[in-house]
Amino acid sequence: MSPERRLKGSQALVAALEDEGCEVIFGFPGGVAIPFYDALLDAKKLRHVLVRHEQGAAHAADGYARATGKVGVCTSTSGPGATNLVTGIATAYLDSVPLVAITWQVRSDLIGTDAFQEADITGITLPIVKHSYLVKDTAELPRVVHEAFHIASTGRPGPVVIDIPVDVALGEVAYRKVETVDLPGYKPTVKGHVRQIRAAARAINEAERPVLYLGGGVISADAAPEVRRLAELRRLPVATTLMGLGAFPETHELSMGMLGMHGTVTANYAVHECDLLIAVGARFDDRVTGKLSAFAPHAKVIHIDVDPAEVGKNVAPLVPIVGDAKHVVAALVKELEAMEWSPERTRPWLERIAQRKREFPLTYDEPADGSLPPQFVVETIDRVTNHEAVIVTDVGQHQMWATQYYTYTFPRQFISSGGLGTMGYGLPASIGAKIGRPDATVIDISGDGGFQMTMQELATAVNENVPVVVCILNNQYLGMVRQWQDLFWHKRYSYTCIEVQPDFVKLAEAFGALGLRATKKEEVEPVLREALASGRPTVIDFRVAREENVYPMVPAGSEITEMIGGPSSRRGRKKP
Amino acid sequence: MKHTLSVLVENKPGVLTRVAGLFARRGFNIDSLAVGESEDPRLSRITLTIDGERHPIEQVTKQLHKLINVVKIRELEPDGMVAAELLLVKVAAEGEKRTEALQVAEIFKAKIVDVDRRALTLRVVGTTDKLEALLELLRPLGILEVVRTGTIAIGRGRG
Repeated sequence: MSPERRLKGSQALVAALEDEGCEVIFGFPGGVAIPFYDALLDAKKLRHVLVRHEQGAAHAADGYARATGKVGVCTSTSGPGATNLVTGIATAYLDSVPLVAITWQVRSDLIGTDAFQEADITGITLPIVKHSYLVKDTAELPRVVHEAFHIASTGRPGPVVIDIPVDVALGEVAYRKVETVDLPGYKPTVKGHVRQIRAAARAINEAERPVLYLGGGVISADAAPEVRRLAELRRLPVATTLMGLGAFPETHELSMGMLGMHGTVTANYAVHECDLLIAVGARFDDRVTGKLSAFAPHAKVIHIDVDPAEVGKNVAPLVPIVGDAKHVVAALVKELEAMEWSPERTRPWLERIAQRKREFPLTYDEPADGSLPPQFVVETIDRVTNHEAVIVTDVGQHQMWATQYYTYTFPRQFISSGGLGTMGYGLPASIGAKIGRPDATVIDISGDGGFQMTMQELATAVNENVPVVVCILNNQYLGMVRQWQDLFWHKRYSYTCIEVQPDFVKLAEAFGALGLRATKKEEVEPVLREALASGRPTVIDFRVAREENVYPMVPAGSEITEMIGGPSSRRGRKKP
Repeated sequence: MKHTLSVLVENKPGVLTRVAGLFARRGFNIDSLAVGESEDPRLSRITLTIDGERHPIEQVTKQLHKLINVVKIRELEPDGMVAAELLLVKVAAEGEKRTEALQVAEIFKAKIVDVDRRALTLRVVGTTDKLEALLELLRPLGILEVVRTGTIAIGRGRG
């Protein structure tokens, strides 16, 4: 047992964070946060990164967590500081990201009096946290921090809020590292049910048209190697969700790319035609399934997920397996290895899929006016970084092009707000990702709309010398909404044109970052190389074709085969 | 069909808010909810009744289980439980109505717990169906106020 030390609450918090292995905390100070910030000055191991808006702290901690697999930690003062974290907490909740948000609160005796900068943050965040604490006593602080890290990072990961009144920071505690948890109501299932795993193995062995459908759970469980073994063992074609990008290398012959609203023709038709769908760490989200009743209509479903509530929520599986993807898939592989199987069984199916891949690759038309295709920019980033960069995105058209035209080859390579769809996520998350993975090239593919929501974090990147490269695919539109208005609202572009915008090159320079611009194809590679060689935070303003749409597209609520840009429509078919 | 859930939760501030908040967020409607300390002072027991036609009971149970403070959930089958609810009803009772109200009270084994010249207050314990039947008979007399605790339930036998 570690020795006991007499500490102030604020010092005990620093010690507890360090004992949890927390290396960096993203935050912004304020009145009731001062005692903690005072203790931070003396922290030996814990680094603090000062953001320019609390939303940036939450997203940076989230980006750090997704890039490293560790718990991301952010902090803010009470009231407006805490409410500014809310979007970031919700973002982490929807994508199951391990996050601990420490909010400071007014003095205990002032709670409930509408005191200055008082907000009931545990109440406000109740529907968007895995769990939360309002700490009443300094003595509880070490245990609460340990529980929060445990809850955030185990089972289905998620955000935990710790709200601490300032007097708790000023109180004293006999501090000792906490190493056990006592949570009678929290026992995540790790190992899957043996009989169910056997049933799954039999179904896989008997399938003639199987599809492996991978979600973000594969990445959070570090199950990519086991999943790859499974796919190769039974030659299972693989479709990943947006959250699952990187769970299986897209350079692999069994990869069909992403499925869903902007997924590939191959992946979506394979899911439509398959006789067995093996979902691992995925939740049958509406952006994946389209019209649920018409999703995978011929398939038996095996659903492997750590969260029992996801199993059977949207689709009733034939074989439900609750457990950690790494354990369950490893056990499944072991079962299958002991069974006889002939590759002849699925050969026609794999041939059909290979044929589709050749016939319907992702493709785009050159803009008639000779302007720069946004897809070309992503393809060039892919080529210049040799499929090895960590790609962070904002939300919108550029995000979808980033999923389609970059080649993801390893887990934690693609970092994006999938569930909540948070514009403004990209820049701060990329700063967190780069701090977590300083040796990796980190590129934020952004849009001109989303970038303007959190662009003040450029100051953070410059201040902390975090050389992220922001690639704005600038079409001077809120492009995804414009696309929907184009396709479904008679081209009535209501408030989606944002031609009035800052000069992003000068803006970057004003922040002390490097600003670059490209308007033609031949300029794309040189500016990218210049940015990567500079070792500085960089913003590249790519002036792209303004009214380019993302295809293929399954309109919301439609059947997955009703793709615009799919085989049934003219668009997307490869030109002869 | 009505489902009855017996939910054991940690006896801590804010736990009821989490349960109620979960139901609100997921769009589950609660028919009734009753909460009180259990045999272990560290734990409270919540009895919930839910309309299972509208909300798959399995999904309700699984979502509840995700709350860290929820320790145990048991679904009580109608045949395997004893359920009761406490009702207080104030009924207008002047002249002939008074006699009728007293007769109804007698039939339902309701206790008269307050009387004045113009009203009677009845207290009765029973299943939800029994309480509904009582209210049905009292309604023509003029019901002034109804207060109900919501159903509480316990499994039959030792287990």
